[in-house]
Amino acid sequence: MRSLLAVLTVVAAIVVLWYAACAPMNIKGVLTELERGGAQVVPEGAPARRDMSAFGLVAGNSFAIPATWAQERPRLPAPHQVVTELWNTTVMKKITSKRSLVYHGWVTLSATLLGFAIGTGLGILLAVGIVHSRVMDMSVMPWAIVSQTIPIIALAPMIIVVLYSVGVQGILPKAIISAYLSFFPVVVGMVKGLRSPDAMQLDLLKTYNANTNQGFWKLRLPASMPYLFASLKIGIAASLVGAIVGELPTGAVAGLGARLLAGSYYGQTVQIWSALFGAAILAGLLVGLLGLIERATLKRMGMS
Amino acid sequence: MTLVVLAFVLWAFGIWVNMRLASGPAARTRAGKLAVPVIFGVTILVMWELLVRGLGVSMVILPAPTLIAARFATSLPTLWADFAQTFVKGALSGYVMGCGAAVLTAVLIDRSDFLRRGLLPVGNFVAALPIVGTAPILVMWFGFDWQSKAAVVVVMVFFPMLVNTVAGLTQTSAMQRDLMRTYAAGYWQSFFKLRLPAAMPFIFNGLKISSTLALIGAIVAEFFGSPTLGMGFRISTSVGQLSLDMVWAEIVVAALAGTAFYGAVAMIEKAVTFWHPSQRS
Repeated sequence: MRSLLAVLTVVAAIVVLWYAACAPMNIKGVLTELERGGAQVVPEGAPARRDMSAFGLVAGNSFAIPATWAQERPRLPAPHQVVTELWNTTVMKKITSKRSLVYHGWVTLSATLLGFAIGTGLGILLAVGIVHSRVMDMSVMPWAIVSQTIPIIALAPMIIVVLYSVGVQGILPKAIISAYLSFFPVVVGMVKGLRSPDAMQLDLLKTYNANTNQGFWKLRLPASMPYLFASLKIGIAASLVGAIVGELPTGAVAGLGARLLAGSYYGQTVQIWSALFGAAILAGLLVGLLGLIERATLKRMGMS
Repeated sequence: MTLVVLAFVLWAFGIWVNMRLASGPAARTRAGKLAVPVIFGVTILVMWELLVRGLGVSMVILPAPTLIAARFATSLPTLWADFAQTFVKGALSGYVMGCGAAVLTAVLIDRSDFLRRGLLPVGNFVAALPIVGTAPILVMWFGFDWQSKAAVVVVMVFFPMLVNTVAGLTQTSAMQRDLMRTYAAGYWQSFFKLRLPAAMPFIFNGLKISSTLALIGAIVAEFFGSPTLGMGFRISTSVGQLSLDMVWAEIVVAALAGTAFYGAVAMIEKAVTFWHPSQRS
């Protein structure tokens, strides 16, 4: 309860800071607009204001502060502008509309989920292989670890273009990038998890005369669950980033990444921010959902 | 056709050698542990080369490793300029600023229990978000040059670093803190002599996570606009010109830079946290 209060305080402080930051960020554009509308601003003329500090301008033109929160294309949109845009593009629009954020979110989400499923499935399979085969462990595992230090996302534009040139397009190229990004965290986490039973537990199974197969299903797999869920949470966040970045280089027309890109081309800052918050909410929901599944699973298994 | 057959023969041979090595006595030695992954990597490279040549795969889809190496060797000046722009100016400066700011913030937060309990969940939440998406905004604010890339990196590394440092600063036990009190140590004395060293494994964990994020941030930010220089710029324009050997050469640079960066941080970690059980094996 006290934590909740603390979190709310921090969030409130962030919102207040955000509103405060809007004034100096947007003041120059606002003053130009107001002057054009016939208002009296200090000092007059845009060239005179160009080299002045933003804070000085805010102090000299305090009447203009409310206007900095209501610009059409602000450098930094105010929180309520972003929330209004989010509301307008999610709830107020039909979800089939090209301007609906739900539609764009779904495009990105479907690629994310497909990629996540592929990446996790292959990752778990490889981890099982690594745990059971010494050759695979020794030859693949070092590369899996090294690959985590490489900015794999640099491959994204190439994967998309190459797949496009061989005739694969639509959801699959993005899903492949997502899969690639979620693959290695799952492999590394799952190998750790499958190896987490200690010698005592493995010996106990041996005294029960359990074979490798039984040892896997009855001990290793259950013991790996906490590790699996921890890496799944990392993996799904990485998948979402992969799907968003995968939409950038081809100039995709739909998806959250495409909204970001279009917004940055046309200077629609409110659109960028709302797409960003849409992506954040999506990520939060996905990670939260996995957290719920984790809680329920571990509780049923008696591990939490 | 013979090249394709040769590729599979080589593949079988590589697996056979590795199996022998892994099940033999050599697997325990340091050389054996190094040889197996190297053989695996070389086998894949050679197979790649043979398959691309044997099947006549177009350059536009997948260039052969030798072509990539040739391109790498001939365009060293370009690659170096891109590396300096993206890695040194963008990623490294942002990394230093972001991690420094996060550690300072963590130290400030640490004095207030209320702030810590408020910021930690928020920080954890933000650390899981696709922060790369702030790139277009920051490019708009800070211009196309390296400043915007450094800004993206700062935003990306800040929260993972903050969460790790705050968690690390709570790692001392009541007994240890009491001991410092019996020594009549002040806040800063017990901070520098006890709590900061105890937090080091966590801080380095954050630094390692951030080292990967920094390079990703700097490269992706360049997709939103950059001067005609930089790894992300080169990748996106070379993809557009379908000169994939250049893209691969750039990816090799990114991989080398990422691995070296991570390795450097890990080495410093080894020197600083030599007392930690995970380093003493």
